[in-house]
Amino acid sequence: MNDTAQHTKGKVSGIIANLVIVQVDGPVAQNEIGFIRHGGAPLMAEVIKIIGDKAYVQVFESTRGLQPGMEVEFAGHLLEATLGPGILSRNYDGLMHDLDTMTGIFLKRGEYTPALDLEKKWSFRPLAQPGSPATAGSWLGEVKENNIPHKIMAPFKLEGQYTIQSLAAPGDYTVTETIAVLADSRGNEVPVAMAQQWPVKRAVKAYRNKPRPFKLLETGVRTIDTLNPIVEGGTGFIPGPFGSGKTVMQHAISKQAEADIVVVAACGERANEVVELFTEFPELDDPWTGRKLMERTTIIANTSNMPVAAREASVYTAMTIAEYYRSMGLKVLLLADSTSRWAQALREMSNRMEELPGPDAFPMDLPAIISNFYSRAGIVFLSNGQTGSITFIGTVSPAGGNLKEPVTESTKKVARCFYALSQQRADSKRYPAIDPIESYSKYLEYPELQKTLNEQIAPDWVNRVEELKNILLRGKEASEQINILGDDGVSVDTHLVFWRSEVIDSIILQQDAFDEVDARSPMKRQKYMVDKVLEVAATELSFGSYEEVNPFFKRVIAALRQMNYSEFESEKFKKYEEELRQILGERKTS
Amino acid sequence: METRAFQRIYTKIEEITKATCTVRASGVGYEELAMVAGREAQVVKIMGDQVTLQVFAGTEGIPTNAEVVFMGKAPTLKVGDALAGRFFNAYGQPIDDGPAVEGEEREIGGPSVNPVRRKQPSELITTGIAGIDLNNTLVTGQKIPFFADPDQPFNQVMAMVALRAKADKIILGGIGLTNDDYLFFRNVFENAGALHRIVSFVNTTEDPPVERLLVPDMALTAAEYFAVEKNEKVLALLTDMTLYADALSIVSNRMDQIPSKDSMPGSLYSDLAKLYEKAVQFEAGGSITIIAVTTLSGGDITHAIPDNTGYITEGQLFLRRDTEVGKVIVDPFRSLSRLKQLVIGKKTRADHPQVMNAAVRLYADAANARTKLENGFDLTDYDERALEFAREYSRQLLAIDVNIDTEKMLETAWELFARYFSQAEVGIKQEFMDQYWQEE
Ligand SMILES: Nc1ncnc2c1ncn2[C@@H]1O[C@H](COP(=O)(O)OP(=O)(O)OP(=O)(O)O)[C@@H](O)[C@H]1O
Ligand SMILES: [Mg+2]
Repeated sequence: MNDTAQHTKGKVSGIIANLVIVQVDGPVAQNEIGFIRHGGAPLMAEVIKIIGDKAYVQVFESTRGLQPGMEVEFAGHLLEATLGPGILSRNYDGLMHDLDTMTGIFLKRGEYTPALDLEKKWSFRPLAQPGSPATAGSWLGEVKENNIPHKIMAPFKLEGQYTIQSLAAPGDYTVTETIAVLADSRGNEVPVAMAQQWPVKRAVKAYRNKPRPFKLLETGVRTIDTLNPIVEGGTGFIPGPFGSGKTVMQHAISKQAEADIVVVAACGERANEVVELFTEFPELDDPWTGRKLMERTTIIANTSNMPVAAREASVYTAMTIAEYYRSMGLKVLLLADSTSRWAQALREMSNRMEELPGPDAFPMDLPAIISNFYSRAGIVFLSNGQTGSITFIGTVSPAGGNLKEPVTESTKKVARCFYALSQQRADSKRYPAIDPIESYSKYLEYPELQKTLNEQIAPDWVNRVEELKNILLRGKEASEQINILGDDGVSVDTHLVFWRSEVIDSIILQQDAFDEVDARSPMKRQKYMVDKVLEVAATELSFGSYEEVNPFFKRVIAALRQMNYSEFESEKFKKYEEELRQILGERKTS
Repeated sequence: METRAFQRIYTKIEEITKATCTVRASGVGYEELAMVAGREAQVVKIMGDQVTLQVFAGTEGIPTNAEVVFMGKAPTLKVGDALAGRFFNAYGQPIDDGPAVEGEEREIGGPSVNPVRRKQPSELITTGIAGIDLNNTLVTGQKIPFFADPDQPFNQVMAMVALRAKADKIILGGIGLTNDDYLFFRNVFENAGALHRIVSFVNTTEDPPVERLLVPDMALTAAEYFAVEKNEKVLALLTDMTLYADALSIVSNRMDQIPSKDSMPGSLYSDLAKLYEKAVQFEAGGSITIIAVTTLSGGDITHAIPDNTGYITEGQLFLRRDTEVGKVIVDPFRSLSRLKQLVIGKKTRADHPQVMNAAVRLYADAANARTKLENGFDLTDYDERALEFAREYSRQLLAIDVNIDTEKMLETAWELFARYFSQAEVGIKQEFMDQYWQEE
């Protein structure tokens, strides 16, 4: 937006919850930020509608005590994130204020702490030469942030071609010191510091192009990696009724995924769940680097008791941080729990503004807003040829657990992986409760992914996955038949079909997120176990009557489950494998 | 309340609905408390000089020339140790013939705790009820409701849990409590000699429904005082939150807001979350644990009130009458304590998680067998054994009248496993089998 030369002022004229109407004395822009003076504290707000000289703003704070006549000052810019070294390991609120540097036990209105440490000196190393061309996002230098090569880039806000005029010598600098001067074609100089601002609701476009994703992003969760894989730069969503395991699933992914950077947006959910991350991540190891998880993680916490308008902002803040790190050529994983809360925040505002409601009283443009957000994810080729990616997985909390509702339906149109959590599976403690039949990964149909999977895991891997799915599907049909006709109303073969799928369900699909060993299953181990269960399924067995089938398979499953609980290829693991061989031997027809 | 010099008084009301009235006034703050014809009211909307007030006791009989006095502050509660042992109404005024409480005046519905200042809940709450301690262990700083049919003994169970929980303070928020239940709580607490550690805020069915909106905030403001200032373990009981939500819908309806699902306001999730998220474990040792009741209509948990509650709380507890054994049990299928994994197997014996899961799985097998039986199919030997196990499990562990410690619960479960099943059927980690399996 164009900076309004002197900033417009206004006065509060109406208040309904966190919607405030401001009488303005000059130009204001849609989505411009303003500050309402309430006692000593300026309360941050965002313009969401303008009619004549009235600006409707949503206040990112409680409006208790606000009065008509209070002064408002507009800032001349949109809601922005501050980007620079020092974002990792930090805990922010939805507007990117550092929660740790705030004072006191309770949040105070208007206490806006800076996103970055302004004192800290970073050891800067130039990556470019004076005289070289630069555009938005060009890598000018590098600092080490928690051992991650953090690129210092030409500001994303630049438009057109620039030349590097000068570049700071290697040395220690704060994020606000000038480390480069760029000049446009007419010689206008732009000083560049390590920290830059970017309006969060706008996508960072500093890349060359966005190809289709083609590479597996390993999560260590079998039902995802094996059955419905997510990819680097992919999008997925996890809808499910309350208590079905969305958060546990996201936490597992955030701990185990093969990512350089993880950004977690806790969006309108429980504070205790965020505390779990705060507490555990500094202690837990990143399985890929052996360093502490917190070193690669940033948490954006707008818990359900924090201001509703900031909840909407929190997902954008998180996405902007993800885009920043993607531009450095890093693999970023972005998780948001729950996108429904964000949609509800939009609904609350739209309601207060008395807009014509769409389905379930959500705003009419909800599908567009959701699709716009998901489209910011993806793998990109940067202008220097490097790749970076944002893989985005959001949870959805459908009202009443019914997937026929606006947020689920709008998300389904844009997200390519669908991990439907089933109430029934959760009730019978078959965790993770991802329904194997309803769920899908569209990426599995991409020839480019099929190719990399077959190269990386096994030459006919995709066929094996298909086979697993077929067995599961046939097992479901068999179970329905058994339910209708009774155990003795169907053939022994039908029982076998059912129990083979039970083996896959128990050993591949089910996974104990709270068991140290079972929680994370690397791809190599997943392949081993998939081969194992397929071998069981392919073994010809003979039974005298159906009554022998159930106890036999229970033993098979018990042995396999003990394998899942044992260190891969350990003595214990091999012992149970041998036990399995013997059990199978009892009934094997040779 | 006496009027003071700075208070602004208006006498021209322009609009009156069942729950609100609108007056022309200036210098009024949002959410400010006012008295309209002597009744408490709160500012819910300001448009220029038009101020809309929600009158908690309803507007019946209020004339257009009634006196409207603005108090210059949001609703408050005076907090202090003197709250202990006292009974108050929704406005925090004594209803027990005792004197008014002196203390620091605090606005209710205050700010949220900075999430980084919270501590991860890790302290177990024992209740002696196996349906809770064994299967759905509660932890300090947790928030969990009973999802109950109106005819179930939820208030009795809640009182029992509260008394056994070893809390420093119990804060009762009675929201549309029947007079009988109010007296029940009073009696139980009195008989247990626990009155000195109980603070009650009660709105009964005889009181105006919109007043109910104040009760949880009053109760939680008192809870915060004891947890923050005194580092006490506080247990807040909120019953019945469904009536709180109903009061919200009355107000939003009067204000012509577009309702979302089940005629509830679109902000229901945020409104409820603001209360439940007051549950917290502090670094310094104080904590607030919330046990609430959400009554269901016709057992429907997809209704907006239980649904939104379920998305906010850390699990839920269901009561059910087990007709096989004729006892009320804590339903092992539908109940869930989300924080249990923070303590089970850590603060309790290492086999706890596996024993719990195995028992519930076997209980589920029994439920399947029962379905088979009802559909006229033959039962296998395994089915028969599962059914027998389920009966004993229900009687000796799930029933709410059982009162034993966790160790004993685990022993009982192992005993039942060995009596009815083989090791392979139970399917627990071998090292626990070796240690605890009791050969018959
Ligand atoms: N993989 C798993 N292994 C073991 N237990 C699990 C697993 N997933 C979920 N659970 C159990 O289910 C409970 C609820 O899971 P979770 O908190 O992830 O649900 P949710 O879908 O996020 O619910 P909400 O919508 O209310 O936030 C957990 O506390 C845990 O007890
Ligand atoms: Mg969750």
